[in-house]
Amino acid sequence: MHIPDGYLSPATCGVMYGAAAPFWYVAATRVRKALTGRTVPVLALFAAFSFVLMMFNVPLPGGTTAHAVGGTLLAIVLGPWAAVIGISTVLGIQALFFGDGGLMTFGANCFNMAIVLPLVGYFIYKVLSSNSEATSTRRLVAAVLGSYVGIVAAAFFAGVELGIQPTLFHTAAGVPLYAPYGLSKALGAMVGGHLLVAGPVEALATGLVFAFLQRTHSSLVKADVPGKKEGKIWLLWGALGVVALATPIGLLASGTAWGEWGVDELKDLGLGFIPSGMQRFADWWPAPLPDYSLARMGAVIGYILSAFVGIALTALLLYLFGRMLTRKGKDLATEQSPSERDAPV
Amino acid sequence: MKSDDFLSKNISNITHLLESVMSAEDLCRAPGLLQGLDARVKVATVVLFIVVVGLARSLPILGGIFALILVFVVLSKIPLGIFLKRILIFIPIFTAVIAIPALFVTPGAPLVTAGSKVIITEQGARTAGLLVLRVTDSLSFGILLVLTTRWTDILAALRWFRVPSLFVAVLGMTYRYIFLLLHTANSMFLARRSRTLGTFSGRENRRWLGQALGTTMAKSQHLSEEVYLAMLSRGYRDEGLALNSFTLRRRDFLWAAFALATASMLLWSNWR
Repeated sequence: MHIPDGYLSPATCGVMYGAAAPFWYVAATRVRKALTGRTVPVLALFAAFSFVLMMFNVPLPGGTTAHAVGGTLLAIVLGPWAAVIGISTVLGIQALFFGDGGLMTFGANCFNMAIVLPLVGYFIYKVLSSNSEATSTRRLVAAVLGSYVGIVAAAFFAGVELGIQPTLFHTAAGVPLYAPYGLSKALGAMVGGHLLVAGPVEALATGLVFAFLQRTHSSLVKADVPGKKEGKIWLLWGALGVVALATPIGLLASGTAWGEWGVDELKDLGLGFIPSGMQRFADWWPAPLPDYSLARMGAVIGYILSAFVGIALTALLLYLFGRMLTRKGKDLATEQSPSERDAPV
Repeated sequence: MKSDDFLSKNISNITHLLESVMSAEDLCRAPGLLQGLDARVKVATVVLFIVVVGLARSLPILGGIFALILVFVVLSKIPLGIFLKRILIFIPIFTAVIAIPALFVTPGAPLVTAGSKVIITEQGARTAGLLVLRVTDSLSFGILLVLTTRWTDILAALRWFRVPSLFVAVLGMTYRYIFLLLHTANSMFLARRSRTLGTFSGRENRRWLGQALGTTMAKSQHLSEEVYLAMLSRGYRDEGLALNSFTLRRRDFLWAAFALATASMLLWSNWR
């Protein structure tokens, strides 16, 4: 999911830096308050761990291996805001040293993987695991589901960022300047790929580590402060709302590519070329036409609406699922294999 | 899957990574063009060039920029083979795979035809070319910066650019401990492999990996506490201080002027 430089337009990259900045700010202030002097070493060690985790090949049932991100796991153990900074650090090092992700796309990558992923993952974990024992199966299921939904949500945002590129940024002749595939294809590939492959890998890795921590280091697993829970949940709802509002940010970003709906319409009609009159019209695309602002607002509202509908549906489903789990928690517990307490080394 | 495969794969991955970082650190000390420049100037100009690459909208410009990068590489005494291997192996090939369908699905004027059927359109070829070249160029600038600048200098430059000290401090420490943890993890894999005679089932391997990761996580937590106490006993007061003192020399100004001129020229020809 690391988007390299060149896939997103500079305008989108700028907007994504802007979208990530408030989260970084909140994360930095909260983490400093919570960890005091320990902040730097704790974050550094866990960021280093998460780098190592991303390096590991997880053996999959099909006989292949794949990588995990581990963002939700980090959020569970460290708290969501510390995870935001920890994963951002890892993404920075990966972009700088290993060419994994880019410098311009750093904001976008952080938004997807260091902000959306741990916040969504942690939120779901929190909702599903509330009031459960540190070693309960419900907590394990919550971690697994949280990591799965978290990574799929991150992929959704990555898909939107990539998918809006060809519509917003192309030459007068219709040649996409950055990522070439439209919203439907980009979203399909990103979300589909993560629903089927990367999501299960993430869930598997999270589940394996979480189950081990439950057996041997249960103090790491239950980090919530009693009594403060309610406030935290509302905070997360707020964060989620902001994230959803940020969905159409790419659309808001650029005043470009506006005179070009005609070109797209022509393409839809099956024409392989653009008439010279159209071309002339398309040439002054950087000037935003006021007439279109209504249509544009429509697109923005559409984005926000679909984001909120999606979140509401997910939340509802998870709530119902959580209710179901609380009732059937004991039945599920029997599926657990007998625990083994031996450490690997 | 055979447990040997999975363990060997992890061991070789980690070893390769450690090796590539080591070799990069050697290159930072070579007496080349970019190595001799002030880190702040280098960071700023690399960012400038990456933005120019992002804004460029024609194939010749992006191709010209890549040629320029190769000149920088040679002048910085980086072996061309090593550089190209590092640049081309991973991201651009991956990007090319992504870009190939665009050759065929983008509507436009025909470039390659089979009978009366248009296979590759001019727009399609341009789209794919733009994406691959843009990705290669941006990646090259980033790698060029890392291959010619010491990590501590990059951190100090970030601090100079007013990146909050919390981030810079965490970044610096993370980088250090990544190698310790990678080393620990590698030892785990080696230990496991040297004790393995037969083969384990995938299920068994997954469980072991979960334990290995869990243990590493618990170790990091334990270590962070010890590191904190060690820092505290040495007088740490929750603030970082970069010891580097930067001095701008004539060549830094020359380089900055050259970068600005090149960037403006490229942008001018871009929008002409």
